[in-house]
Amino acid sequence: MSSKKDPENPIKPASGFSRRGFIRGVGLSGGALGTGLLEQQEAQAAPAASLAGPAAAPITLQINGKPYKASVEPRETLLDTMRNHLDLTAAKRVCDRGTCGACTVIMSGKVVYSCTVLAMDAQGKELQTLEGIAEKNHPIIAAFVANDAQQCGYCTPGFVVSSKNFLDRHPNPTYEEVKKGLGGNLCRCGTYMGIRQAVVDAGKQLKGGRNA
Amino acid sequence: MPDYSWPPMDKRRVIGKRTSRLDGTAKASGKAKYSSDLNPPGLLQAALLTSPHAHAKVKSIDTSAAEKMDGVTAVRVMSKPGTEIQWAGTEIAVVAATSEAIARDAVRAIKVEYEVLPHVVREDNLASVGNRAKPAGEQVTGDPDAAFKAADAVSENLYSMPVITHCCLEPHGQVIAMSADKVNYWPSTQAVSTVGGDIARSLEIPAANVHVQMDYMGGGFGSKFPSDKWGSESALLSKASGGKPVKLFLDRATELTIAGTRPSAFAKVKIGAKKDGTIVAWQSDSWSSGGFGGGGMPPIPYVFTKIPNYRLNHTAVSLNAGSARAWRAPNNPQASFLTCSALDDLAAKLKMDPLNLFLKNVDITIRPDTYRAQLSKAAEIIEWKKNWRPRGENASGHIRRGLGIGISTWGGAGHASKARTTIHPDGSVEVELASQDLGSGTRTVIAMVAAETLGLPLSMIKVKIGDSNYPVSGPSGGSTTVGGVSSSTRKAAMNALQKLFDVVGPSISAPPDRLEAIDGKIRMIGNPDKGLSWQQACQKLGVNTISEMGENDPKRTEGLNTGGASGIQMADVSVDIETGIVKMNKLVAVQDCGLVINPKTAESQVLGACIMSVCSALMEERVMDQQTGRVLNADMEFYKLAGIGDIGDIVVHMDITPENDKRGIIGLGEPPAIAGVAAIANAVANAIGVRVPSIPLSPNRVLAALNGRRNA
Repeated sequence: MSSKKDPENPIKPASGFSRRGFIRGVGLSGGALGTGLLEQQEAQAAPAASLAGPAAAPITLQINGKPYKASVEPRETLLDTMRNHLDLTAAKRVCDRGTCGACTVIMSGKVVYSCTVLAMDAQGKELQTLEGIAEKNHPIIAAFVANDAQQCGYCTPGFVVSSKNFLDRHPNPTYEEVKKGLGGNLCRCGTYMGIRQAVVDAGKQLKGGRNA
Repeated sequence: MPDYSWPPMDKRRVIGKRTSRLDGTAKASGKAKYSSDLNPPGLLQAALLTSPHAHAKVKSIDTSAAEKMDGVTAVRVMSKPGTEIQWAGTEIAVVAATSEAIARDAVRAIKVEYEVLPHVVREDNLASVGNRAKPAGEQVTGDPDAAFKAADAVSENLYSMPVITHCCLEPHGQVIAMSADKVNYWPSTQAVSTVGGDIARSLEIPAANVHVQMDYMGGGFGSKFPSDKWGSESALLSKASGGKPVKLFLDRATELTIAGTRPSAFAKVKIGAKKDGTIVAWQSDSWSSGGFGGGGMPPIPYVFTKIPNYRLNHTAVSLNAGSARAWRAPNNPQASFLTCSALDDLAAKLKMDPLNLFLKNVDITIRPDTYRAQLSKAAEIIEWKKNWRPRGENASGHIRRGLGIGISTWGGAGHASKARTTIHPDGSVEVELASQDLGSGTRTVIAMVAAETLGLPLSMIKVKIGDSNYPVSGPSGGSTTVGGVSSSTRKAAMNALQKLFDVVGPSISAPPDRLEAIDGKIRMIGNPDKGLSWQQACQKLGVNTISEMGENDPKRTEGLNTGGASGIQMADVSVDIETGIVKMNKLVAVQDCGLVINPKTAESQVLGACIMSVCSALMEERVMDQQTGRVLNADMEFYKLAGIGDIGDIVVHMDITPENDKRGIIGLGEPPAIAGVAAIANAVANAIGVRVPSIPLSPNRVLAALNGRRNA
């Protein structure tokens, strides 16, 4: 499974080490197969997600700069793992099918829908959730509050994470850019006017130097 | 008895100021714990088995394989053999297990045999529903036949709006724990004070044995009042699993299939007028379905209720589909759409500007002066005179632009509410109510009222809601909450303050009835130097606290709140006649109001309602499949909601004036959620020159209308 938001960049195996890539490397340099290097590398690549399951297996996820251990089945999503095993509940389960964006997290610098990422595939990736963004007191949070960019608030965590990542890539955006950049998140209460203004306001603040 | 009336507008220090919601940071930083976020120790996860058939009898059910699975702690049958299922998605059985994955596996291991029965799931063609149609009887006033004969112009058309769902982002569900006959219940609800009694009835235990707690909830819109079968069954799963808490929130497909809908509305409307636009006759043959129970009669003619001659026929249709629940302003958006579409088509027939036709007929509305003023104001904001052209005449290449009008009315007086205000010797203040904040800003409003009354900054007030142990405050429905909780809080805070005055007065040699609380001080009226700081005053309490109640009785609101909000919305759209895509340029909402406690969150209510109207007008439709009897689009990919780029610009105008302020508080949840669909539909008709008779105004329907076909 790969994220809808990142179609051109399918998720790589857990360790950042791929068997195909390694063998290709061996073929180019030659001779390594006889040295025991292959076994050694394979051992370092553990716990290889491709070998796990169907029973639960231990994994470690790197979330907000901290390691989190859990025992998950291969079919468990990153979202369900965070919510059910790690008590990281900022990301919400709404559509559970990669449409609404309420479960958005940042993986290796890009926004992904965590309901469409398998937990095992997220191993070895740098994950950032709203909990981590909030720890750093990112100005987007205050901008959401000041512009009343939320009502029931259930879509809000996804919007804040998407907004943060959007601002990282588009400092000081225009309204039109915000409309395009946040098209992957849905709200039911109707808070888009506030969100639009919040992202533009936070962009101005960031340009002013803070957290830039 | 103290004078509870609101302080004069110009004397207010907190009420009326644009205030950021107090729980804003908790929500925007992900710290707010919704009921669906709770992970208490020992938590079990539950999953539902639902019926794939729209109409069937359960012949047998075998749960033995599920019960034997590792990790399964309890299985309960919800539809026993012999039960007749009336819609797809009906709950058949439910499983609790140590993980969600196991619970779902166990659901798949349950074997059910059904006797499949014939179903009816579509009501668009009334002739094909057979005995599912239940006529409500004819209503006639005046002589409609003679009036139509004498009319200079008669317009006749069929209009329709489909069933839509609430699509709450936090699904329906709860965490619940039951040991013996005691229940701890964390639902996602609009009714903290009544949902416990509701589940107690299902479980046949005393209501006092149920403790309800809910800090945050992720959207209700009218669909989250009852405890529902999945609530009581989860409690029984917990009981059967040694009292461990059980979590069950509906998956998205089930949420969109059985957790609430807004009834459809179809109507053949005939409307007649004199040359000058004066409406003289109305006739409607309408039908609708709110699921198996039928229901959902739109109140038409809407707002223009004093048409002298009319004939109404309505038919309720029972379908094998998920049931209707209250949906933000029940039946009003449908009625507004049917009525305003007919008026707009009549104006086209008379070659009249519809704004003039609406203005011409305000005298047959329920509040002529308000609507006249609102029509003028909305027209001014949207620049009607400059931008309006007769139908189909505002063209630029393949883009057609149009304007349209919608109208609304609602009640919105406060519900029954009790509040308790406690003042502690250290100066801290608590306000407690068994109320709930649906995202409308209730917490913030309560704090603002208490702060205003006690002369304190907002930061000094601790609002405690979302717990059934607090004083009973009504469910949040029908725009009744802000009026109710503000009035009860005002009284409780004022009663507590009187007690504090009684203690403080003697200590500063001032009669208690000559004291006032202002700017963090208790001081003598007219002698600001004579007084104490709030902290000093509260220290006089010694070891005692003051704890006083206040109540809003809807029968005697004492001017603190009232109902009756009018509204006009105007839409400006562009339609691409090659693709059929409707683009929102602008939606203008001129919203009647009373005293507004927090203009910031009040405005958000109106903005949100406008955006929901865009969703409903252009995208939302529950699509039923007559072959399988199921909802075809029970997901968020094909059950469409507008995104941030789809809404155009939205302009909200509220008359926060001394005159309106005197009316007291009027709720704003429903009123702005009514007129938008009508305004957008009329704007599209104005743009492309023909009526698109069916909502949503999707590209296929727009193109079909342009090609002279009725149905897409």
